[in-house]
Amino acid sequence: MHRALILTRRRIVSSIPVLLIVIVGTFLLLESAPGDAVDAYLVSLGGGDAGLVTELRQSYGLDQSPFKRLTLYVSALARFDLGWSVAFDRPVLGLIVERLPNTLWLMGAATALAFSLGSLLGIVAGARPGSLTDRALSIGSLALYAVPSFWLGLVLVLVFAVDLRWFPTAGIETIASGKTGLARVADIAWHLALPVSALGFIYLALFLRMMRTGMAEAWRQDFVLFARAKGLARRRIVLRHVARNALLPLVTMLGLQAAAMLGGSVVVESVFAIPGFGRLAHEAVAGRDAPLLTGIIIVSAVLVIVVNLMVDIAYAALDPRVGSGEASS
Amino acid sequence: MNRVARRLVDSPEGVAGLCLLVLLAAMALAAPLLYPGDPLAIVGRPLTAPFTDAGLPLGTDRLGRDVLAGLMHGARASLLVGLATALVALTAGALVGTLAGLAGGLVDEALMRVVDAFQIVPAFLLALAFVSVAGASLSVIVFAIALGAWTGPARLARAEVLSIRERDYVAAARVIGMHPAEIALREVLPNALPPVLALTAVIVATAVLVEAALSFLGLGDPNVVTWGSMIAEGRNVLRTAPHLSIVPGLGLVATVLGVYLLGEGLANAMAAREGRG
Repeated sequence: MHRALILTRRRIVSSIPVLLIVIVGTFLLLESAPGDAVDAYLVSLGGGDAGLVTELRQSYGLDQSPFKRLTLYVSALARFDLGWSVAFDRPVLGLIVERLPNTLWLMGAATALAFSLGSLLGIVAGARPGSLTDRALSIGSLALYAVPSFWLGLVLVLVFAVDLRWFPTAGIETIASGKTGLARVADIAWHLALPVSALGFIYLALFLRMMRTGMAEAWRQDFVLFARAKGLARRRIVLRHVARNALLPLVTMLGLQAAAMLGGSVVVESVFAIPGFGRLAHEAVAGRDAPLLTGIIIVSAVLVIVVNLMVDIAYAALDPRVGSGEASS
Repeated sequence: MNRVARRLVDSPEGVAGLCLLVLLAAMALAAPLLYPGDPLAIVGRPLTAPFTDAGLPLGTDRLGRDVLAGLMHGARASLLVGLATALVALTAGALVGTLAGLAGGLVDEALMRVVDAFQIVPAFLLALAFVSVAGASLSVIVFAIALGAWTGPARLARAEVLSIRERDYVAAARVIGMHPAEIALREVLPNALPPVLALTAVIVATAVLVEAALSFLGLGDPNVVTWGSMIAEGRNVLRTAPHLSIVPGLGLVATVLGVYLLGEGLANAMAAREGRG
């Protein structure tokens, strides 16, 4: 556990400057937008007089210089205050905290699907590199990886919700069903089945290909040759020697994919009308809500850092070489 | 180079990828010749079914716009965005990576932290934010997607430069008094470039998909027909006319798959050449 602590501390220290760059960069980017939150708010009101404009700018602190506002923003961030959403007229942090769990469920389930099915099919492909099964799976996974997630979502809706009526077309749960406990969990799982498939099936290809490549390399190693010479059963060699060694790099992939999946959830949540973090980003853009969009980008960066830290700790736990090397350096 | 080309046309992946892309490029190039008018113009009755009107082979959408004209012009937009994004991202990444690798020290440290910062923000969110600030036009979209794509080339270029700058011919250039900028541009960059260029396929494919997703969300260039916007438009009549969403999506799959297949075929052909030395 000591090793994990050292790793955590080191990662947190090194991510502070990176996070600062993200904060300043995002702030400056959204600062340069023509018109500010007050303009957007006035449009939604249908206009207002000059006195109201000045008053609103003052209340949001928009009458001060950009640098002054940046320092104010960063010092507020340090107190976990992400500002005020103009479009929703609520604190940004509250909105994000409310929406984030839906997205985490979606991403978590999609990752689990992609990882388990992808590595399983990867083992099937890598068991006999160059075979017909291997080639078919390689081409098939490439084709799957070429599919836009939002389009796959629409096709799934068409087949499984409109034609077969197995799953609902949209939403996260049945509205006002009054379900509690396990019944509610089952209801949410039923609603999430299609969006999770739309997101997960695409990333499956990545794990499949990585597993397959790793296994093809492992087959050429001496210890595999030795296992074959010993006359071990093929199934045992495939699972215990070849696949086991190819599995570790897939864990790294989990971290690398976190950012891409978070981006992908924006479109998938819009297709399925899931009130999540990604849909919130789309709503922030539509409502020209700069404070909300800034908050979303910063929270997503923090999320990616956290996921990568968790992956690193898992990796260190799985591979004893990692921690010992870091301790001695 | 000839041998690489021959190996490429020998591999099934390479041939399949080439065929798909040649077909799509032909569609894109023929679009302004076959359909010189605005593909967003209303030309027939709304929701004409496909194969019922000889003048409108694939029918019309909800507003009466020609679907086939849209498809062909859409190929143009997708390929243009994909290639332009790759050009911008590779150029920017190679320059930043070379600079970081050659300068070393604080400059290197600072540039790499910027690369880290761009990598921890989901590329799609970054593109979304940039388009919402700068307004939706094709060039803004290219730049927005490149913002999330230049970090890979930058990292790779830096790693290549770090290994190349220790080689003898670079030391020789330094000894004969060549200017550092000249060394960077004439000795280091050309040798660091090939592995970086291998990222082209992934960048083009990602750019095509991201542009489609932006258009689907209504953030694409409103004056240009794109496959993403056609899918979004067809979504309104998904139950009655599903082909309006499905067909442009097939175009996207064909484009991205073609790019991946060609990329894989090329990579294999190059690897085989190196293997034989």
